Amino acid sequence: MKNKAPSLPGARVEVRLAGSGGQGLVLAGLVLAEAVGIYEGREVAMVQSYGPEARGGASKAEVIISDAPIDYPLCTSVDVLVALSQEAADAYCWDLKPGALILVDKDLVAHPPSSLAVALPFTAIARDKLKKVMVANVLALAAISELTGLVGRRSLEKALIARAPAGTEELNKRAIALGAKLAREYKTRQTGEALPELGSEDL
Amino acid sequence: MHKGRAKLLQGNEAIALGALAAGCNFFAGYPITPASEITEFMSRELPIRGHPFLQMEDEIASLGACIGASLAGRKAMTATSGPGFSLMQENLGYACITEVPVVVVDVMRAGPSTGMPTHSSQGDVQQARWGTHGDHPAIVLCPATVLECFELTVTAFNHAERFRTPVILLADEMTAHTREKVALPEPGEIEVIDRRRPTVPPDWYVPYKTDGSLIPRLADLGEGYRYHVTGLVHDERGFPTERLEEVQAFSTRLFAKISRNFPYLEQVKAFRIEDAEILVIAYGCTARAARAAVRIGRERGLKIGLLQILSIWPFPRRSVEAALEGKRAVLVPELNMGQVRREVLRVNNGRTQIVSLTKMDGSMIAPDEILARLRELK
Repeated sequence: MKNKAPSLPGARVEVRLAGSGGQGLVLAGLVLAEAVGIYEGREVAMVQSYGPEARGGASKAEVIISDAPIDYPLCTSVDVLVALSQEAADAYCWDLKPGALILVDKDLVAHPPSSLAVALPFTAIARDKLKKVMVANVLALAAISELTGLVGRRSLEKALIARAPAGTEELNKRAIALGAKLAREYKTRQTGEALPELGSEDL
Repeated sequence: MHKGRAKLLQGNEAIALGALAAGCNFFAGYPITPASEITEFMSRELPIRGHPFLQMEDEIASLGACIGASLAGRKAMTATSGPGFSLMQENLGYACITEVPVVVVDVMRAGPSTGMPTHSSQGDVQQARWGTHGDHPAIVLCPATVLECFELTVTAFNHAERFRTPVILLADEMTAHTREKVALPEPGEIEVIDRRRPTVPPDWYVPYKTDGSLIPRLADLGEGYRYHVTGLVHDERGFPTERLEEVQAFSTRLFAKISRNFPYLEQVKAFRIEDAEILVIAYGCTARAARAAVRIGRERGLKIGLLQILSIWPFPRRSVEAALEGKRAVLVPELNMGQVRREVLRVNNGRTQIVSLTKMDGSMIAPDEILARLRELK
């Protein structure tokens, strides 16, 4: 597995997933960390940060990915920022690495921190196509996989199915497919290439 | 590291797994952020193994239950955070004077009082040492990584059983909530120490009589060994005494059983200190930032090193003293107003310059902040 994983863009890649409590960002961080660490054999550390509230309030997860042992487990210079709320986008855009990928929810983040931010409608698609707002986090993970190649889609799927409650396998697989599709459509818009034919797994 | 068995584990889960690996078969607790995952894990895992888990009405009762269970032969643990730890201080003293092995986990959060429940702090360092009243020895261990959470919990149980004393595992929110990929050692690879039990028949058992080890043998209550347990200063038979020679002998032994084992208890990790001109002394989550700072600083040609303290009490005087030798300055970063710096100053005794880097806003000290402070010392 380890040999198959492509080399990382840097010695230490930092991913921050931020939004508000209840959007499943800590779970998303956990799934990403397990996908990369267990299924792709890299070193990984993940920390979570949340407020005292049961719901709402700021919530974030930070995942450090490396091929060497990780000393400091927090982000210091972020490579990938996912923001699912305006507050998160505003609060966590100050320590980005130049050229960092900023991925925001198109409808929940009206003012992305950069004109280069990638805005995709994770929550709206999760609600309209899958009737479950709660899988917006899964769509975002699939988009990270598609846009950065940091983690393989299969690894994500395995990690997610191992973590998520029984009975949600189909839903999660569809969410991953949809998230990847959103990201592919975005890439196609950027490059002007024709959209590849969708396989049955995409829906 | 055994790659094949690697799992993604949280510090709190590693503490619970460490307890199980050390033979913990009793847990009583009251959930509190950021230690709740330990209680949650034990509530799930202990009953499966046929052992009791009790959710108590509060932290006072939690430690009380653990002391009782330990007297009955169980290896007991409780886990809490600052506010609960404050409540446990009375029973901690009781466990001290009655010499009952028990492990108390305190996952530090920002305080005082309710403070900031989900934010990290290292504010309980001196409370862990001096929280309970009356002069007493204390063994306190301080993990910084998920693997250390596991290893030091095993060590905590071993110390508790070996020395018949409460042992505190002093973690912090950041360490407890960080998840890392770790491969834990297999049961056969772990040293597990159990208390010495009496070998004499019940009629001959003198509960607090000691041999050369200064540590009395502990009989399981309910096995026919009848003895008296009291928080009053007691004689060899466990009954209250105020006879000067007995009281003094008792207090002396309580300290000596720990102090004669200082070398055995000292645990530090040195990172690139051989040719270092400036030393960082850190513990818990701050040690991780310090390690990163040393790594980055070395890449930039700074002659810096790190001494990470794992056994924070008794304070590892010998290791710190040796590490201070010949250094131009020593930086002590910590998430309080300088609780360990105070100890370093004491050991330093004027040898070199000791500088503090403190933070109390609930966030971590970042490697950059440590580096910036180190550069000022150049």
